[in-house]
Parts: sequence; structure tokens; C-alpha cells
Amino acid sequence: MPNIQEVHELKSSAFKKLENISSIEDLEEWRVNYLGKKSQLTDFLRNISNLSLEERRAAGSLANKLKNELESAYNGKRSSLLRHEASSDEKLDISLPGKPFPQGHLHPVSQVLEKISDIFAGMGFQVVEGPEVEWDYYNFDALNIPPEHPSRDNMATFWIDAPPKKPQGWNMLLRTHTSPMQIRTMERVKPPVRIVVPGRVFRYEATDATHLAMFTQVEGLAVDKDISMADLKGTLFEFARRFFGPNRAVRFRTDFFPFVEPGAEMAIECAVCRGNGCRLCGSSGWIEILGAGMVHPDVLERVGIDASIYSGFAFGMGIERIPMLDFGIDDIRLFYSGDLRFLEQF
Amino acid sequence: MKISLKWLKTYIPILLPATELAQKITMAGTEVSHVDIKGGWHDVFIGEIIDIKPHPSADRLRLATVSLGNEIEEVVCGAPNLRVGDKVAFARAGAELIDGHTGKPVVLKTAVIRGVNSSGMVCSERELGLSSEHEGILVLPPGAPLGTSLSDYLGDIIFDLEVTPNRPDLLSVLGVAHEIAALTSAEVLEPELDYPTAGGPIERQVSVEIEDRELCPRYSASHVTGIVIGESPAWMKERLAASGIRSINNIVDITNYVMLEYGQPLHSFDFDKIKHGSVIIRRAFNGEKIITLDGTSRVLPSGTLVIADPDGPIAIAGVMGGATTEVSGDTVNILLESASFNPASIHRTASSLKMASEASQRFERGITSKLTLPALRRGTQLLVEICGGTAAQGIVDIYPGQKEQLKIHLSLHEAKRILGLDINMEQAKQILSSLGFSFWKTDSTSFTASPPYWRSDIRLAVDVIEELGRTTGYDSIPFTRLSGPLPESLPAPMLKLKQQSRQALKGLGFSELITYSYCSEISLAKALNISTLSPVPLRLKNPMNPDQECMRTSLRGNLLQSLALNMRHKAGVLSIFELGRVYLARENDVPEEPEMLCALLTLSGHDKRFHGRTDEVDFYDAKGALQSLMLELKIAINLVDGDDPGFKPGASASVMSGGFRIGSLGEIHPDVALGFDLPPGVFMFEINMSTALPLVYDAIYKPIIRFPSIQRDLALVVDVSITNEQVLNIINKYKLVYEAHLFDEYSGKQVCEGKKSLAYGLTFQSPDHTLKDSEVEGVLKAVVKELTSRLGASIRS
Repeated sequence: MPNIQEVHELKSSAFKKLENISSIEDLEEWRVNYLGKKSQLTDFLRNISNLSLEERRAAGSLANKLKNELESAYNGKRSSLLRHEASSDEKLDISLPGKPFPQGHLHPVSQVLEKISDIFAGMGFQVVEGPEVEWDYYNFDALNIPPEHPSRDNMATFWIDAPPKKPQGWNMLLRTHTSPMQIRTMERVKPPVRIVVPGRVFRYEATDATHLAMFTQVEGLAVDKDISMADLKGTLFEFARRFFGPNRAVRFRTDFFPFVEPGAEMAIECAVCRGNGCRLCGSSGWIEILGAGMVHPDVLERVGIDASIYSGFAFGMGIERIPMLDFGIDDIRLFYSGDLRFLEQF
Repeated sequence: MKISLKWLKTYIPILLPATELAQKITMAGTEVSHVDIKGGWHDVFIGEIIDIKPHPSADRLRLATVSLGNEIEEVVCGAPNLRVGDKVAFARAGAELIDGHTGKPVVLKTAVIRGVNSSGMVCSERELGLSSEHEGILVLPPGAPLGTSLSDYLGDIIFDLEVTPNRPDLLSVLGVAHEIAALTSAEVLEPELDYPTAGGPIERQVSVEIEDRELCPRYSASHVTGIVIGESPAWMKERLAASGIRSINNIVDITNYVMLEYGQPLHSFDFDKIKHGSVIIRRAFNGEKIITLDGTSRVLPSGTLVIADPDGPIAIAGVMGGATTEVSGDTVNILLESASFNPASIHRTASSLKMASEASQRFERGITSKLTLPALRRGTQLLVEICGGTAAQGIVDIYPGQKEQLKIHLSLHEAKRILGLDINMEQAKQILSSLGFSFWKTDSTSFTASPPYWRSDIRLAVDVIEELGRTTGYDSIPFTRLSGPLPESLPAPMLKLKQQSRQALKGLGFSELITYSYCSEISLAKALNISTLSPVPLRLKNPMNPDQECMRTSLRGNLLQSLALNMRHKAGVLSIFELGRVYLARENDVPEEPEMLCALLTLSGHDKRFHGRTDEVDFYDAKGALQSLMLELKIAINLVDGDDPGFKPGASASVMSGGFRIGSLGEIHPDVALGFDLPPGVFMFEINMSTALPLVYDAIYKPIIRFPSIQRDLALVVDVSITNEQVLNIINKYKLVYEAHLFDEYSGKQVCEGKKSLAYGLTFQSPDHTLKDSEVEGVLKAVVKELTSRLGASIRS
């Protein structure tokens, strides 16, 4: 039979004990004793139904009041203890090393490729990839590069020791640029086309601080009705603005590539000398970053696109140059050295 | 190509400063990589020595009176070659010169030398920075204009042009002059090509026959008799030197000069050495030989285009002349050749004989056939003027490759469609005319244009459009955004999978490497631990070194090599990966290029740093990383015992998904480790992303169960051969088992030999009611019974 007197005693003993408590652990024990499932108060409330209706009302209200008082006292004590703990003299040496969490790094070329792909994706270009081992037809012939062109020499291109393709007689090589994907894409889909193609390319080149036999390019192609050089300029300048930021000057000049006409080259202001001329930019103040132009009508006609109705632009850029210039990396070989002392800086 | 501004100015007025001009030329398509200022003196003038007196107080010095035309100056001079009447370079106070003794720059001051006032200096070549000559003063030619700034007279600016392959015309001074004309709205004054023809008719003495019209579309020649070999005039030597060509004698210099001026190589034969004056242009016969100008006897590859007389080849067409008809000191009569040869044929010959020359390089680029005549006339004129020769009447001009004058029709609308820039008829006419095109307006919005004789790169309307665009300047083209409809989607799920994999692996602590796509066969075989490579890798025809011997069929070799390199520098856990292609040969097609992922994990010495990892890396580290990755990629995998010889036996697994083998996992074989200089304890997983791609699943949602769960532990003793997977497969069959996991594995003293203890935590939960203890006990009993009967398990007491 619950006894109301018990409740009063409980109250005084609980508050007395609480006063002497000085640690969170003791406080927790106090909570279990006075407010826990097996505490006297819980027991009291559980058995309250045994009382008469009138007694039940009084006892219930008394017990619930006490419960609220104890809970609020508990909370008050707890926060005061925590506050006290927080302001104690014990202090961590925050300069001790943190526990190492594994942290990997993405290759700088992957990072740049992703950034470039994202920018062009934001302008409606789709990212696609193509074969790295190619036919000379796609790498040269279809791109207006004539059979006797020096870039086809053994001293310029890696050739694969494989029989020519039957019946076309094409020869196998390591692609020297990502441009073959212009042809492969236009053979497959009709305009409108808007793609960017990241990928590895290969040149027969003795390796030194500025040359590699394998490097990375991004190709771009847009074909539709009424695409003009103004669209090319707008697209590339917007790319440069998003990639390099709004404060780098951009130069767009005439250049020659057999598979575009008119041809162009884009350069950005040298990051080191800000256009004043230095050793890095060959004292010109400009760093050439990409070749571009309007897709040559011969190229369009070869893949069955009527050049009198459709036009398009294409561009291609080398990737390694970009982090080299931005970070002042003076040896291109570092990218493919596999040396983590280099790679983990990015 | 080095082009002298001074030479250019003989054809065209140039008012722009050199750097601005260079900028214009660069923007229009030909990069001026360097502007070299030669001379550039100030306060140095051309003077004449009008009197020489001894110095009153120094024996070795003299007093020279120098006239500058309007003024007279007196200087003290120690040079031994002072002569009255000589033209000299006179420097005034303030001129920047080179100190003749120290070689350092100095600014000249007025000086009193041994008591005599000297108002300036008469300069040596060294003092002017022209050469190291300091023995005496520089004596200028008698015609040097008195009082003129030396800079104007001797100085020059040399443009170094990076000529693109389509513009062989810019490998000539006249070609560049025409380009500048268009860019600066100036006019070119081409040389007059007249000369007296006092000799007999050329047909009587010379006969030319082209046998191979395809390889020689045009052959022009002139005949000049009675020439005198000697030195070239100073102006010619100077211009040749400015272009980096050394003067040899007047005949050689004239051919070089015309080549620089017009871009057309000429060749001079000693006419008297040509049998019957008869020239045949034909392909070489099998095994035919020639001794070339350099004295080498060469066997001509069959089909090589040669210039021959009835006795045999007298020159390799477009590449090098023959010794038998070489112009020598005794030569009096000349046959001057100006011809057009097929570029591809010249390229083949020059590269197969390994004898590229200035001429062959020019022919290889393709020179228009229309150039032979003006160049021949110019060369003949100079032979007459400079070498005192007599030109025959007429010239030989065989032109089987002659084509109709190219007429290109273009509408202004078409130009706008490609350039995005409005160009009106007046502008088009002005631009094209200044570039030397013939221009006819056909109606109010279109015209016809014909390229000038020196341009070989204009074929289509779009070529004319480029001329309009680049001459106007690309800077004037506006910026627009692509406005057409978006193209149909070309899904590229592999790109996304690769990107996700990279990010996930990075998060797991792996660093990405990119290694070369090629390798040596030995490294490949070592990495795969097999003696015969299968599939056989594709081989390169022309590798530069053995590391480029073949295309990789596995990423392992290059990556293991990189790991070994990094272990030399780095302590602690090393985890690296590459995501790239391998190349698997196919019949009559380019190879299949599956995307592969290879990851390596090892402990490179203990990480002694505070909190550093000290326990070994093992199989389960690699497995854990692989599982995390696959969870992220949403590819469900299970492992079966592996048989890949690249792994240590008993420590490898095949990674399976949907019944396909998508990769492997394990510790690399000790022989592989040894082969790559690696210690034991290197773990690897490899996934064929191309096989895995279609196995990516979509997330499946299961409602969260709201009824409470009950936990029970189950400790078993089983034979050591029983696997965790076998136990879990049985436990997980029971419907009320919501989840089960191993929490301990033990073998040792407390269990019998040949046995091990496995402890599992089981969670029971039902989706539709609150479980009672009795239900759980019932299931547990059944589980134990089945484990006992099927796996011989017993409950651990």
C-alpha cells in the first residue's frame, strides 16, 4: 500500500544526497536510485491504483510533482557538473597528432579532366571516350591528313605490328590525338552533336622534361545548323573564364590544323608573368592551351554530313600543361613517374 | 624562317613599329616567335675621314677630322687603318657602345686625350657589337650615305616566323611582304623581271622532256652563257646573312637568294657538262647510281625522280644536284632550273636517302607550279646582272600539270554562317585584293575570287572565308553561346562508374597513379607469373625502348614497379591504384580495351609516428577495402577460392558477381614480389570494370521493422576446415534471423587440436509481430541442430 509519508521522506533524502554529489558517475547512480525503473518513486506510482479514488488523486499529484522536481533537479545538477568539468584545469594538448584516417589522392590529370568535363557538361556537351589503339583512317585520313604527311612517319607515330584491316587496308596505331573520336561520333550520330572526349594519346617522342610519349588530351566537337566561329569563341572563352577564373586574359588567333578551316589557337595569359613575358611562356606572355577551328567541310562530307547545311567547331587541348603552368611543375615526367611524393600534393 | 625587315622594306613601305607588326602577323596565323634587333645604335652616324694629323703629344695616336656632311668633328684615334676618304662609323657622346677592351657596355663621353679634345669616336666592329674585330676601325662601303644614322644603314630587325605547313608562301620574303600588305593595307612592289636576251634562241641549245608528268607537273629553265664566277655583291651577302645563309659564290648565292625571295628553289647546272644539252625528267631505273654534290655515290631507290641527260641522272629532283654537272670555277654556261615536283615523291626520296635539304623541305610542303616562272626570270636576271652572263632568247617551260585558273564562288551569307561576323562586299573586296586575289562581284551578295599565283593553300570557299576572318582579325568576331537544341543523350555509364570508383578509393586511402599503356613483355610475364603470355599482347612496330615493346594486357606490372619505387621513400601503409585500359587483340579489328582497376596495399615498414599503424596489413585489409568499394559502386560480390598464378597459393580469391568472375583478390605470389623487388605482404585486388558495369544494381528499399528485436550469441566449435561462409549460409536460411555476424574466431589451447571456435551474434526480428523468447529459443535450437548435423558443429561450453 503506497504511503504518502514515504513520498515526503523520499523527497528530503533525495535532495540531501543530491547536494553532496560531485561527479557525473555519482549523479547517474542517484538518478537510477530515485528516478529509475526500480526506484521507490516508480514503484509508488505503479501501485497507486490500489488506493481509493480520492487518495489516488492526491497521491498521484504529489508523486508526479516530486518526479518533476527530481528530474529538474537532476538536469540542473548535471549541467552544473558538466560546466564545472568543462572549466576544470585539465587541458588537452591539442597539438598532438590526430589519429590518421586513410586519405588517398586523385591523380592531378584526373582532377583536371573532371573539372574540364564538368564545365563542358554544364554547356550541354556529353562526355564520351574512344579507342586508344586506332586505325590510321580515323587518326589521319578522315581528318584530312594526307598519306605522305610527316606526322605518319615512324619517327612521329607509334605503329602496331598487326595486319592491315580487311578489306579497307587500314593500319593500326596508337592514336596521336583524340580527334579520331570526331569521326567515330559523327559516323554514329547525326547532328546536333556536342561532345567532349578525354583520353590518352601517344606520340613517338623522346622523353624529357617537356615531352612525353604518352599524354592526355580533351577533344571537343559541336555540329549543328548555323554553328559559327562566334559560337566557338563564346564557348572557349566561357570555358577559360570558368576554368582559369575571370582575371586571366585570353587570346584567340589564326592557326592551322588540317581538319579545321578556319583554324584557331587559344592562349591564356601566362600565370607567372601576367603577360609581361618570362622564361616559362617564351617571353611572349601567352601560353597556348588549345587548337581549334571550324570542322573542315571535307571532314563533314566524309561522314555524310551536308556541309552546306551543317557546320561545326572542334577543339583539342593538352592536359598536363595546365597543372604544370598553374603549379609551376617543371618536369612533365613527374605525372607518370608514379611517385607519391609528387602525386600526394594534389 | 628568318625574315629581314630591311629586305621586306625594299618591296613594301612598313610604318608600324616592329613589335606591333609582329603581333599582327602572329594574330593572322604565323607566330613571330622572336624579334631580333640587330644594331639599334643611337648617336652613331656615317662619316668620312677628310684629314689626318699626328697627335701633338702621343706617337701612337692621330687626330682625324670626320665630316658628317653638315658638321665637322675632330677625334683622337689609335687605329692603324685610318685613311682619308674612308667612310666610317662615328659615335657621338651619349652613344651606347661596347668597350673594346673589357667587352662591357659603355656610354661614350667627350674626353680629353693627352691634352686634345675628342668630340666622339670612330668605331671598330667590336665596339659596335658587330663582331670581335678590334684591330682597326670599321670601314664602310664608299656609297654609304654621309650623315645617316648607322642604325638605318646597317641595322636590321629579324623576324623569326613559325610558318604553318599550309603556308609555304611565307617561307619567302615576297610572300611575307604580301601578307603584311593585307594586314597593313599597303601595296607590294614586286621586282621588275626584265633582262636583256642577247643570246640565241634557247630551243637551239636546250631540250627538255618530262617523262613523268605526275611527279613533275612543270619544268622551266633558262640558259645563260659567259658568266664569271666570283663574289656576290655586298647587298646580296648581307640579305643572305640576315636569313642565316652563308655566301658561297655568285651563282650559288643567286639560287639561294631567289629561293628566299620567292620561295622557289632553283638549281644551276654547268650546261657544258649536260650531254647534248638534253634534259629528261624521269624515274630512276633499278639500281641506277649518282654521285651527288657532297661527293657521295648513291644507289637510287627505284622510282626516285631524277633529272637526267642521255648518259644518266645529273640530279636527284628537288633534293640534291649531281657532281658531274656541278657549277665549278671553270663554269661559263649555265642551265638554270626552276621546277615543280610532287611533294610526296620528294618526301619519300629525301627520307629514304636521309638527305633532307632546304630545297627538299620546301618542295615537301608543296609549292605552287605558278611560281616557277617569276623565280626563273628573277634568277636569270641576276645571273645577267651580277655574273655578266648573256641570257638566251626565250625560256623552256614544259607545263603538263597546268590547270584552269581556280575560281571560287562565295556568298557573304556563307561567310557570315561560318565566321559569325558580318562582312560586306566592300570589305571582302578590299581584303581579298590586298591579299593578291582577283575579285569579281557576281551579284549584290556574292562574288568570285581567284587566289594569287604564290598561294597554294586556297582551294575551297571556306579557305577564302578564313582569309576574310583572319585579315579582319579574330578579335572582331563576336562571342555567342551555342543556342541550338541539345543533342540526344549518348549514355556513358562507364565514365560515371570510373569516377565513382576513384572517389571511393580515394576515401579509402588509396592514391591514384597513371602508368604507361605499354610495357615490356618480361615485366608483364613476371607480374602475371606465367611463362607464356596469353592473350598475346599487341606489339609496337617502332618502340623507342624495350619498355614500349607491347601494349599492356594487365595493369599489374607497371603498378608493382611503382609500388617498389615508393617503398623506398615512404613508411606506413602504402595503398595505390590505377584505373585504366588494357589492350586485348582481336581479329581484324582494333583491340578490345576493357577498363581495369588494380589496387595494391602493403605496409612499408612500421609507421613509427604517434598513433601510427603498427599491425601488419593482411588479406582482410584488402578484402575490406574491396568490399567498401563494391558497396559504394553497388556491385554485389562473393568470393570463391582463387587460382590466379599471380597470387600466393591459398591466399587468394576470385571475385564473383552474378555468376561472372569480375576480378581477383589476394596476396601477390612470393615469386612476383621477388621479381619486382618487393618484400612479402603485398596485397592486391583487381576488378574488370567493363565486366562489372552491367552488374551494378539499384538500391532496394526494405521497410524498417518496427517490432523489437532479440539478440543472442552462439559459440560453436567446428573443424578448422569449416568456413565462416558455410556457417552463415545455414544460419541465414532461418526466416526469423534478421542479421548474423561473426564476432570471434579462436583456435588454440582452449579448443581441441584440429578444431576452432567461431562465435556469432544473431539478431532475431519479425516484420509482423513482437517475438517471444520461446520462438527465438525454438529457432536457435533448430539452427544448432542443423549446424551439428551438416557441419559437425558443437556448442562451445
